[in-house]
Amino acid sequence: MAKGVARSTAEPMGWSKWLLRGHSALVYAFFYAPIAVLTFYSFNESQIVGRWTGFSMRWYGDFLENDNVQQSIWVSVKVCIASTLISVVLGTLAALSIERFRWWGQKAFDAVLYLPIIIPDVTMAVMLMVFFSETAEWFNVIPGVDLSEGLEKLVLSHVAFNISFVSVVVRARLTNLDATMEEAAADLYANRWQTFRRVTLPQIMPGVLGGALLAVTLSLDDVVVSSFVSAVGATPVSVYVFGMLRKGVSPLINAVSVVILAASMALVIASLVLERVTNSPKGPEEE
Amino acid sequence: MADTITDPTGAATATSNAVQLSGVTKRFGDVVAVDDLDLSITDGEFFSLLGPSGCGKTTTLRMIAGLELPTQGSVKIHGEEMGLRPPNKRPVNTVFQSYALFPHMDVRANVGFGLEMRKVDKAERDEQIAWAIDLVEMGGMGHRKPGQLSGGQQQRVALARALVNRPEVLLLDEPLGALDLKLRQQMQTELKNLQREVGITFVYVTHDQEEAVTMSDRIGVMHEGRLLQVDTPEAIYERPTTRFVADFIGRTNFLEATVAGRDEVVLANGDRLRLSSDHADGTAVAVTVRPERLTVHGRGQAPDDQHRIDGVLESAVYLGNAIIYTISIDWMRLEVRCPATLAGHRRSAGDDVTVSFEPEHASVVVG
Ligand SMILES: Nc1ncnc2c1ncn2[C@@H]1O[C@H](COP(=O)(O)OP(=O)(O)O)[C@@H](O)[C@H]1O
Ligand SMILES: [Mg+2]
Repeated sequence: MAKGVARSTAEPMGWSKWLLRGHSALVYAFFYAPIAVLTFYSFNESQIVGRWTGFSMRWYGDFLENDNVQQSIWVSVKVCIASTLISVVLGTLAALSIERFRWWGQKAFDAVLYLPIIIPDVTMAVMLMVFFSETAEWFNVIPGVDLSEGLEKLVLSHVAFNISFVSVVVRARLTNLDATMEEAAADLYANRWQTFRRVTLPQIMPGVLGGALLAVTLSLDDVVVSSFVSAVGATPVSVYVFGMLRKGVSPLINAVSVVILAASMALVIASLVLERVTNSPKGPEEE
Repeated sequence: MADTITDPTGAATATSNAVQLSGVTKRFGDVVAVDDLDLSITDGEFFSLLGPSGCGKTTTLRMIAGLELPTQGSVKIHGEEMGLRPPNKRPVNTVFQSYALFPHMDVRANVGFGLEMRKVDKAERDEQIAWAIDLVEMGGMGHRKPGQLSGGQQQRVALARALVNRPEVLLLDEPLGALDLKLRQQMQTELKNLQREVGITFVYVTHDQEEAVTMSDRIGVMHEGRLLQVDTPEAIYERPTTRFVADFIGRTNFLEATVAGRDEVVLANGDRLRLSSDHADGTAVAVTVRPERLTVHGRGQAPDDQHRIDGVLESAVYLGNAIIYTISIDWMRLEVRCPATLAGHRRSAGDDVTVSFEPEHASVVVG
């Protein structure tokens, strides 16, 4: 991409260049040294974290044998996928309703929508816990829903905060989208759904995908809210690891962390590759 | 759905009105954007809505398209009441001021969008797209994205995208506004020819009086939400009925006057002028005469059958093809435009002169 770009005269020269390089190196070290240390010690033979006694895969072995850890990972994955899908749909709808329509109570809705971003996690967590303890039986009336299971509670809680983040990201995109384009579509015989599907959605797609990525991250990351609402048997991995920590640090945590890290990195790389593949035929074409 | 495309050549309803607005009013809160508008646009004509920015042209157009609903009044297209019908169910298409092309689709997909939405089959669609792209001379650019086109080219695509649907009425909102002068003049001619070729009724919004005059069969002049005058370009220019219309289209002189009977007005200096008007005795009016309809003579040399006013030449400005004289008469100044062929005997400042004009070249205006 940067091929053929002329050297800028603003490019640092001499000692300032080396200073900046050193600075960059330090920043990267700060980011990645902990990861390197973690990965390194996950192959440590010793029981005691931080003292190297020799190479071993025993913690990975433990990980493979430990049903609880694996189960908690599956809980996280399930909650993440379900809550992301739901919050992307609802968050996009919320963004559309605010940006494209005028209705009674809109200002209030707009303000309330931001709340989960602003209020502390703990507050949100306590609110949800109390809410579920009061209303769980009501939800159970819906066929197929059983809030005592915990999984549904986790999904609902994650949706509750993810909607806000998704709608903020999508809104930023919608604001910059010329609304006359939607009028043009309507003028060209498209109904509302066709207009959304063919004109609006393709153009806000980067925002929707960005929101989804944010939702995935926030859902996997969340410890506070999840630990307040999760039930026995449905503990997400973040909460599980946190619990392990309290029982005393075991190098198993290192192995678990490395696996999760590897999986996340694989996801990021996959999404980058996918983006390049889907974008390449769409590049500038000449006749 | 495909058979709802009207055949422009076989228009059986040739005498009917393509668009009829009756008592149409549009309010935005306290703002009255369009005020009790009555307008009939004939089938197949090139009709322009002309007026300064903010006079309600766009709002009127949007109410025909269905993008805005009237607060009061009725919109009919070919005799059919539009009522609350949404834009996608109206037999009209719009060329937007900003073009509003879909940036993620190439030219062909943009042009084909309307046909696709109406479920025209693929083969027919391709044929129509090719026809429309050819019509606007954009052949060979079908696979470009709007971002890869110049302003003028985008404008053509917007036109093709609307025309390909063979709408009963095509609505154009200042489509040439964003183009530079030369391209704009070229496109004016092309648009006019295109309209003749396809025979579709055009409703064209512009604030550029020259554009409206050169392109239109008829012009409706709007001011502050009201339609002041609807007529042919010539009639609007030669026989304006209001001061605003006379002033907005071309340059003109206003001589303050008072109505004295059905066929006479009295100028400020007491001169009587035989000009008919519908206004009551004593109404304050103005007589308007275009600068090029005035002739300058030496004092007392003007022909008897013309109306004459004595004055003193104040200044002469040579424009190459014409000369503009400013002449001071008793109570005001007049502007006179002479062809430059008469530059041989140019008059100079301070000359005593007589200005004359044919009574039929003057109009009585109010407002
Ligand atoms: N959506 C709207 N909300 C409020 N006022 C509007 C809206 N659209 C137009 N107006 C007002 O209505 C008047 C006419 O506007 P418009 O039809 O766009 O004029 P034009 O196209 O002749 O420049 C203006 O005073 C404008 O401010
Ligand atoms: Mg306008």
